[in-house]
Amino acid sequence: MNKENHQVLLEIKDLHKEYDTRTVLDGIHLRVHKGEVIVVLGPSGCGKSTLLRCLNGLESIQGGDIQFNGESLVGSNVNWQKTRQKIGMVFQNYDLFPHMTVIENILLGPIKVQKREKKEVMEQATQLLERVGLSDRKDSYPRQLSGGQKQRIAIVRALCMNPEIMLFDEVTAALDPEMVREVLDVILGLAKQGMTMMIVTHEMGFAQAVADRILFIDEGKVCEMSEPKEFFTNPKTERAQQFLNIFQF
Amino acid sequence: MQNLGINVLFEGTTLQRLFEGLMMTAGIAFLSIIIGSFLGVGMGLLRTSKSKVVQFICRFYLEVFRIIPILVWLFIVYFGVTNALDIHLDGEIVAVIVFSLWGAAEMGDIVRGALESLPKHQIESGKAIGLSFWGLYRYVLIPQAVRRMLPGAINLSTRMVKTTSLVVMIGVIDVVKVGQQIIERSVIKVPTASFWVYGLIFILYFIICYPLSTLSKKLEAKWEN
Ligand SMILES: Nc1ncnc2c1ncn2[C@@H]1O[C@H](COP(=O)(O)OP(=O)(O)OP(=O)(O)O)[C@@H](O)[C@H]1O
Ligand SMILES: [Mg+2]
Repeated sequence: MNKENHQVLLEIKDLHKEYDTRTVLDGIHLRVHKGEVIVVLGPSGCGKSTLLRCLNGLESIQGGDIQFNGESLVGSNVNWQKTRQKIGMVFQNYDLFPHMTVIENILLGPIKVQKREKKEVMEQATQLLERVGLSDRKDSYPRQLSGGQKQRIAIVRALCMNPEIMLFDEVTAALDPEMVREVLDVILGLAKQGMTMMIVTHEMGFAQAVADRILFIDEGKVCEMSEPKEFFTNPKTERAQQFLNIFQF
Repeated sequence: MQNLGINVLFEGTTLQRLFEGLMMTAGIAFLSIIIGSFLGVGMGLLRTSKSKVVQFICRFYLEVFRIIPILVWLFIVYFGVTNALDIHLDGEIVAVIVFSLWGAAEMGDIVRGALESLPKHQIESGKAIGLSFWGLYRYVLIPQAVRRMLPGAINLSTRMVKTTSLVVMIGVIDVVKVGQQIIERSVIKVPTASFWVYGLIFILYFIICYPLSTLSKKLEAKWEN
């Protein structure tokens, strides 16, 4: 399905990011349409995580513009607390709050930040937990869960805020291989439901299955941007070919 | 009939006086620990501030309390400050002021250590669900820091209880001072008086400090599950 004529949800224009004097992102352009799934690929250290972190204000940027729903996310008067409720993010290390139970983790944002009714949030949380197959773990503490379970809870925690876009940064990289699948299935389910997503991953099969477009970054620059089938069978740039060869074992 | 030394404890108002002294010790310690803990949490938050100036001032404050002995602080406030400001403060008040400020400095260091030991991811995933600065501290960081700082905080509290014995030097009649008075009065009649009196004081200090360490063990066990 072509989503390019959907409304533009997120627009990144000429994004520059520097750590001290080192340029990490060097003029990134990207338009994310509603319902679109962008998979970000690239060698280690090319700036994938940094890109996602800039999008929800965990990193400041040194140039360019980011627009979310037509509003700029650059400058000192951005209300990040409000924006972050709309931009869900899940990290590699499933950072659940260890002193809270699963359900407390999930309810914290909706109730304390969004000030929603507990009953209504509880219903939504229950549904989401069912969807990821963890409705019986409500009252467990994070340390009683496996990595894959924790990561699915972290996804539910982000989803329960009703975000308009989800950012996933290598959410399966820290998992044992047999748990990768259960987490990727959840994300594939989200894609089917039309959730807008930007996904950083090293799982190439998954990338091909879930992506509408592949964004290939090298040394902080957009090196290639194409449909997954084309990217994987017929990469245009040499850097992308080299990158894909690493996975050809 | 042989005079049993232990009887020295049960003569006249001895026990009652020792008890009053104990209440003074416990009262000063208790108030100072409470006030010091509240100030200390604030101090700990300040010490994690990004501002170099704030960091320096807080650090300086802590070092000043570490370098200058508490006894000297008691004298400075009891004689120096009251003189300079031309006010009168009772020894008890001075003790509470000095111990609270000292508690704040040390507790601040414990709180800072606990906050800094929390993984950076916790801050980021808190921010990612839209928590404000205060929300982040209230729901995510402080509850976790409290668990980590508990052993240090309890240790500090027992140190504060023990250090209250210095207050005699500014004229406060605490349990040790009462004990000395009793010994002086009865030592000729009962040569072993000091053994019994100090023995009892030893037990009394134990009675104050033991619940603290029991409490900390209980809380640790509770948070373990
Ligand atoms: N806080 C920081 N301070 C300085 N440099 C940083 C910081 N964070 C990241 N970098 C640098 O920025 C570059 C991009 O980092 P980033 O984490 O975005 O890479 P990545 O593409 O996510 O890599 P990986 O696949 O290994 O996760 C790296 O060279 C890294 O060393
Ligand atoms: Mg990364």
